[in-house]
Amino acid sequence: MIRAVIDIIVSIAAGFYTTGRHLFVRPVTESYPEYKRPLPARSRARIILTRDPEGRERCVACYLCSGVCPVNCISMQAAEDSQGRRYAAWFRINFGRCIYCGLCEQACPTSAIQLTPDFEHIRRDILDMVFEKQDLLVDLCGKDPDYDFYQHAGVVVGLAGKGDHISENPPVNTRTNMP
Amino acid sequence: MSVYSIFFYLIAAVMILSTALAVTRKNMVHAVLFLVISFLASALLFFLLGAPLLGILEVVIYAGAIMVLFLFVVMMIRIRAPEGSGFLLWHYMGAGGLSAVYVAACLLLIRHAGPGTGAAMAAAVAAPADFGQYLFERHWLGIEIVSLLLLVALIGVLHLGLSRAGRRSGKGGAH
Amino acid sequence: MWIWLLGYLVLMAKITAVLTAVMVLAAYLVLVERKLLGRFQVRYGPNRAGIYGILQPVADGIKLLLKEDLVPEGADRAIFLAAPAVVATTALMMFAVVPFGPRLTIGGREIPMVITDINVGLLYVFALSSLGVYGVALGGWASNSKYALLGGIRGAAQMISYELALGLSIVPVVMLAGSFSLVDIVNAQAGLPFILVQPLAFGVFLISAMAETKRIPFDLPEAETELGAGYHTEYSGMRFGLFFLGEYVHMQVMGALVAVFFLGGWRGPVLPPPVWLLVKIVFVVLFMIWVRATLPRLRYDQLMNLGWKVLIPLALVNILITGAFVAA
Repeated sequence: MIRAVIDIIVSIAAGFYTTGRHLFVRPVTESYPEYKRPLPARSRARIILTRDPEGRERCVACYLCSGVCPVNCISMQAAEDSQGRRYAAWFRINFGRCIYCGLCEQACPTSAIQLTPDFEHIRRDILDMVFEKQDLLVDLCGKDPDYDFYQHAGVVVGLAGKGDHISENPPVNTRTNMP
Repeated sequence: MSVYSIFFYLIAAVMILSTALAVTRKNMVHAVLFLVISFLASALLFFLLGAPLLGILEVVIYAGAIMVLFLFVVMMIRIRAPEGSGFLLWHYMGAGGLSAVYVAACLLLIRHAGPGTGAAMAAAVAAPADFGQYLFERHWLGIEIVSLLLLVALIGVLHLGLSRAGRRSGKGGAH
Repeated sequence: MWIWLLGYLVLMAKITAVLTAVMVLAAYLVLVERKLLGRFQVRYGPNRAGIYGILQPVADGIKLLLKEDLVPEGADRAIFLAAPAVVATTALMMFAVVPFGPRLTIGGREIPMVITDINVGLLYVFALSSLGVYGVALGGWASNSKYALLGGIRGAAQMISYELALGLSIVPVVMLAGSFSLVDIVNAQAGLPFILVQPLAFGVFLISAMAETKRIPFDLPEAETELGAGYHTEYSGMRFGLFFLGEYVHMQVMGALVAVFFLGGWRGPVLPPPVWLLVKIVFVVLFMIWVRATLPRLRYDQLMNLGWKVLIPLALVNILITGAFVAA
């Protein structure tokens, strides 16, 4: 009985000691606008369209990001230039609907569409949240700096001949390798 | 008419009105509230008549504790207001007859003893200590009897509650 | 006639001073509580409105005043609208009997430093405290919401239970002082403050006072985690503000009562008496905030057990012992 009462008193006093000690501990709060914590490179916020190392647009307007987007906020129109490169005639992301899930980045075969850590991304007018291609396009390579899709793809667009692309085998004559 | 009697009649009017409203309300919570107002008014009357201790005790015990319990019960069981008046004519006649007898008795008493107001309202104030001495020196037997009665009621409630709880736990053990 | 008018003016001045002090203190106690809770939890608390957030109460007040005053559908309109006023008014009225200094003599005339010194002052405080229950219970009932109703019922049950312990714990103090008047009780502590004579009564009173103000660890009527916001779930704007004001004024009242009953009221060296009372009130309130930062909420049966099976018997035993000493 007496031991139980002493136990109660000691445990309550320990609680008070713990909280009381906190008064003299420096708060762990980071005051946001004055101090901005550097975010990891893979944090998911504002979306950009990157360029390959030669400064050409990476996006080939394949519609994969648009298709995978759970809220259907990405839309575009595909086009092809004289060399046979595909590109987006227009490309639009409605950030009013975007949920920053990052699925578009995962789906992109050319590392064109990428999410950046820039989360201070808000407008007073909802229509200003609709970003067009010129708003999205940046002059950087983003998280995958050395990657150039057309160096790997087997499509001839003036970078290399048929069979000369990286890790591409020379073309096989289907008439000569018959069993 | 002095200031005291003006206050007296004002408070008395409030008291009678709120009591009448309390009796006639169909919504139980409203009835309880009007009864609380009536108790507060009677506490004010005690103040006016020079008995602050009784007035405060009226508020603490009746308005503050007993009526809260009433309210508690009313809130818990959520009675729906009954349709129609719910009383028959002979109910009213019986109540009216009893009230008439009561009023007649009061009038007779007042006529014999006189109202006995006036001087008592003006100045006489019973301090709590004097009141306590008066009560416990003159009426100690009555107080002891009342407290014994309350003790009996308390033990009775405890017995009922405990025996019911015991039965329930016994049933639970049998399973 | 002139004397009468002068007396009236002095009374009004005292009421104005006390009410202003209490309201301003209530507004800033909210800030102090939020700041301190922040520090207890190793964060800053509000620090944006003005330096160190000193304008936060002003911002809160403006926000509450500008919010829409909602009345839920199916609510009992009159009772719903009146309930917050009951809570705030009863809490404010309790300060009428708290003495904040010795008698002051100005121009050969004695002015008591208390709004009114009635000979049943202590019972007056308890009467108002028990009337304050109506605001909670009726506010909860009139909202026509199950969370509010549960909060109101809990509030009524809790406050009735703890009022008993509160009243009984103070009986030894009344025995020692020989009066219900708060002025006499302070005067009786000229030698020793009663906390040294009656530590048990002090403990029981402090715990019951925290339960009476419905603060953590006794905040079951509000219990955010289970009842939304309890009895004031459906309130908005300044009506919610009145509930809030009532709670913080109630904290101050309990601080003042602890000071008057156990800590010697306005008595103290060097500083003027009202300042000493203020210091003691703030000290008690700070302790309540520390308790809030430390202890978890009690379960309902634990709450009732603590009230009826621990505090009330302790208070009764204390009355018996004190009675024996006083009679001897």
